[in-house]
Amino acid sequence: MADAGRLRQAMITSPAISPVTLVRVTIIAAILLGWEALAQSGLLYRDVVPSLRSIGNAIYALLIDPQYYWNLGVTAAEVGAALAIGGISAVVVGLVLGANKFLSRAYEPYLYYLGPTPKIIFFPIMIMWFGVGPPSKVALGVLSCFFPIALSVAAGMRQIDPVLIRVGKSFRANAWQMATKVYLPAMRHPIINGIRLGLGVALIATLLAETKLSNRGIGFLIIQAYSLFDMPRMYAMLIVLFVLAIGANAVVGRLGGLDSIKRF
Amino acid sequence: MTLAAFTRMRFAPQIVGFGSLLLAILAFEILIRVGLLNRFIVPMPSQIAGAFERVIFEEQIAERFYLTMKECVSAAALLAVFGVAIGTLLYKVNILRRATETWVAAAAAAPTVLMYPLFLVIFGRSALTIIMMGFVAGLPAVILKTIEGLSGTKRVLLNVGRSFKLTPWQMFWKIQFPSALPTIFTGFKLGLIFALINVVGVEFLINFGGLGQLINDLAERYDLAGTYAAICFVILVSVVFFIVVERAERWLTRAA
Repeated sequence: MADAGRLRQAMITSPAISPVTLVRVTIIAAILLGWEALAQSGLLYRDVVPSLRSIGNAIYALLIDPQYYWNLGVTAAEVGAALAIGGISAVVVGLVLGANKFLSRAYEPYLYYLGPTPKIIFFPIMIMWFGVGPPSKVALGVLSCFFPIALSVAAGMRQIDPVLIRVGKSFRANAWQMATKVYLPAMRHPIINGIRLGLGVALIATLLAETKLSNRGIGFLIIQAYSLFDMPRMYAMLIVLFVLAIGANAVVGRLGGLDSIKRF
Repeated sequence: MTLAAFTRMRFAPQIVGFGSLLLAILAFEILIRVGLLNRFIVPMPSQIAGAFERVIFEEQIAERFYLTMKECVSAAALLAVFGVAIGTLLYKVNILRRATETWVAAAAAAPTVLMYPLFLVIFGRSALTIIMMGFVAGLPAVILKTIEGLSGTKRVLLNVGRSFKLTPWQMFWKIQFPSALPTIFTGFKLGLIFALINVVGVEFLINFGGLGQLINDLAERYDLAGTYAAICFVILVSVVFFIVVERAERWLTRAA
């Protein structure tokens, strides 16, 4: 009863909008107002800063355009294929490197130092190897996501509680059983984190490759809008793309943080 | 020497790693020479090695390298000034931090490099577009790490400052900022790496500037060996850049 009373009191005294929300709304309103003022002022070239109304209309037109969803499907399929191929191979490599100290010291420095290199520069090679169609974009996505996932899995493998490994060995688990019953469940968090990083870089690599040379996909649509100087459509596509990318990242991140690792 | 004795040697892993790399190069050379791999798609490693000299002397690689580094340094200067300043502002104004920290984290996950066509319209096909792309890509990391570093100042250090009756200004410059410097540098390192990746990437995409443009040029001329050699050179530059920044971070962490 007393708790219910305190709760009711708290509900009465707490303001309807928290100060943080108020600050957020103020910032957004200031940005939108500033944008609109800049658009109407004519200080910049016409259409470089289009009015909010035209961007809103462009977002609406984009969202009801079936062609947009077809291109979104192409990009999603390319990123999905890249993540599947790159992710599976990276998990295998990460497990091997994480389990063997000698191999880790022999090969991991190469992965570590090659990881942060700009992968888009490999695109000419990918075009020569796989052609100008989607396979070259998938290949570039694979190359991009392989490194962060492999390094994350290898690091996660080394952090597994040794007790779990000893328990597996005491049950005389074979290599496959150790991998599926001990290593992979214990490393769910690093694997999901690696996939999260891999998803981001695979998405960027695929989209950039589409902007460079393609006739389909969201990257192609963005560069097409640039070529036609259709700025409201370009802004609309960037906004929708950012929302989708941030959403996908949040979903994968939430999957990784759902619950703690099960202890046997 | 037995295998077990070899694996116990101090540099055995490095020997195996480098040996595997050499073996892979040799295997490519043989496979291309016997015709199992198409030499019009994959040039022989010996041809690539031979192309290095041509790429270095005929393609003005020193000037291109200088141009790319100039763009990177400009982006780094912007990151150091604006990234640390915004991070400090968000740390000092708590409500602003609570309102915007998730936005900055979301911006770190957004594919900002896709804005390059937009930057092309705003800044034109110039070095400024490339510098701004590098700056935008690295900004969230520097802001977030600056906030993290300043928030992580040890309580005992703050208490020492209070016992000396330091003013808020002195407290910041004498205690909080020096204590946060290693974490801020970690963010700066990440920002620099993102900046380098984006600078080279955008140079390649818009065919303007230094090393990125070189790769695009050679690929468009269908100079296979030259393209591979230029890619190897850029990888080498990236790796050296990464090692130098990492060493600097370690030195700074030890000094702090």
